[in-house]
Amino acid sequence: MYSEKVMDHFEHPRNVGEIEDASGVGTVGNPVCGDVMKMYLKIDENEVITDVKFKTFGCASAIATSSMATEMIKGKTVDEALELTNKAVAEALDGLPPVKMHCSVLAEEAVKAAIEDYRNKKLKEN
Amino acid sequence: MKVKYFDNAATTALDKDILDKMMPYFSEEYYNPSSIYTKSINVHKVVDESRLRIASCINANQNEIYFTSGGTESDNLALKGYALANRKKGNHIITSCIEHPAVINSCKALEKEGFEITYLSVDENGFIKLDELEKAIKDETILISIMTANNEIGTIEPIKEIGRIAHEHGIAFHTDAVQAIGAIKIDVEDMNIDMLSMSGHKFYGPKGIGAIYIRKGIKVNRINDGGHQENDKRSGTENVPGIVGIGYAILKACNNLEENSKRISELRDYYISEIEKRIPEVKLNGDRVNRLPGNANFSFKYIEGESIMLLLDSKGICVSTGSACSSKTLEPSYVLLSIGLPHEIAHGSIRVTIGKHNTKEEVDYLIDSVVEVVDKLRKMSPLYEEGK
Repeated sequence: MYSEKVMDHFEHPRNVGEIEDASGVGTVGNPVCGDVMKMYLKIDENEVITDVKFKTFGCASAIATSSMATEMIKGKTVDEALELTNKAVAEALDGLPPVKMHCSVLAEEAVKAAIEDYRNKKLKEN
Repeated sequence: MKVKYFDNAATTALDKDILDKMMPYFSEEYYNPSSIYTKSINVHKVVDESRLRIASCINANQNEIYFTSGGTESDNLALKGYALANRKKGNHIITSCIEHPAVINSCKALEKEGFEITYLSVDENGFIKLDELEKAIKDETILISIMTANNEIGTIEPIKEIGRIAHEHGIAFHTDAVQAIGAIKIDVEDMNIDMLSMSGHKFYGPKGIGAIYIRKGIKVNRINDGGHQENDKRSGTENVPGIVGIGYAILKACNNLEENSKRISELRDYYISEIEKRIPEVKLNGDRVNRLPGNANFSFKYIEGESIMLLLDSKGICVSTGSACSSKTLEPSYVLLSIGLPHEIAHGSIRVTIGKHNTKEEVDYLIDSVVEVVDKLRKMSPLYEEGK
């Protein structure tokens, strides 16, 4: 059902946790639907994402896509991270079952929500 | 890694001694029981002996047992076959909202044929309400179909009472006993049952074989057109090895019922008490007392069932889940929603069904693994910190 990469990221998820003084935090999904992702970003003055952590409630593919998405944006600039697509996340995991593609959408949305939060905070600061 | 199998409600391993009984009927005694030469007559006798074994286990007569391909076909035959044969008497059928899909979808098919179906709701433990059943009965009601015990939450319905109410109103009573046969004592006379479905592979018999009890005098039309096998109730050449297997399997299950049920329910109670002791914020689904000996269905709050199931699988443990994520529809189990669980709680449910081969050591390993997996997933869950 799942690729080896999905199972690897599910069983050994990367970057699980929280960042206390995060530059941006994004939460997407709904417990009623069975998945919620919370993404924490640490962004430096050059707009580089220096650290990413996540917490996810959901199935194996929700956890695996969160994990993969954090790996894909770590070290990237905010603008680069905004270009992350759900398809790219799914491809990096060697594909997802069609019924699970929405999980990768959630991962993309979580990254975008965290960046939006970061930008809103910055606007308020200025 | 030896597999620890805790999904005995899904299927069970065919017992080797039952397999041995079946073996001669594949390529040695392969004769068609419908032919009339000596070899076939002998096979025909074997088929009838199996009928007798089943009948003796549920207090029925041999000629009230008909072989089918399994529980699904038995349910289809009971619902559709009875409805179509008794249409003149009325077009109303009463069932429950937690029946197996074989019953629910047979009812949906009958709705398209002009039948009216009442789907009774259940309480928070999964019991149908007898007063609601009485209220649902009307002049047109011809059949009541309520499962003996639920496959997901293990709740055992008040079958005897339901049968009594049905008979007081001159209505036939069918019960899907697929999960119950071999686990609890079934007596069709005492329990007022007119039709009963069973499936061989749920009690250590073979797959692809089932049976239906149809009380003498109950009219049922066959639903597959073909030859006159099974007294015109079920066309098709008999699955003789399967028939031999189900007969010996049910006899073995019934002979060892008390001993097995006692041991299995002790293991189940041990699992339930340890989980409740060691993991906070869990909910046992189904009734604590009137439940199948092997069934323990828990909801683990703040986490999702497919994840639990797959992490247990990586430890060599087989269980099942009512989570949406394991289904094609992305809807959680309708049984769990019917007992009033919110979606997010239903998503986090794990069904353990203990069987006769499970040991205390295996259950200990299961408990430790569930504790570990739930802890790991909760630490990863954004809902858990919010719920604290």
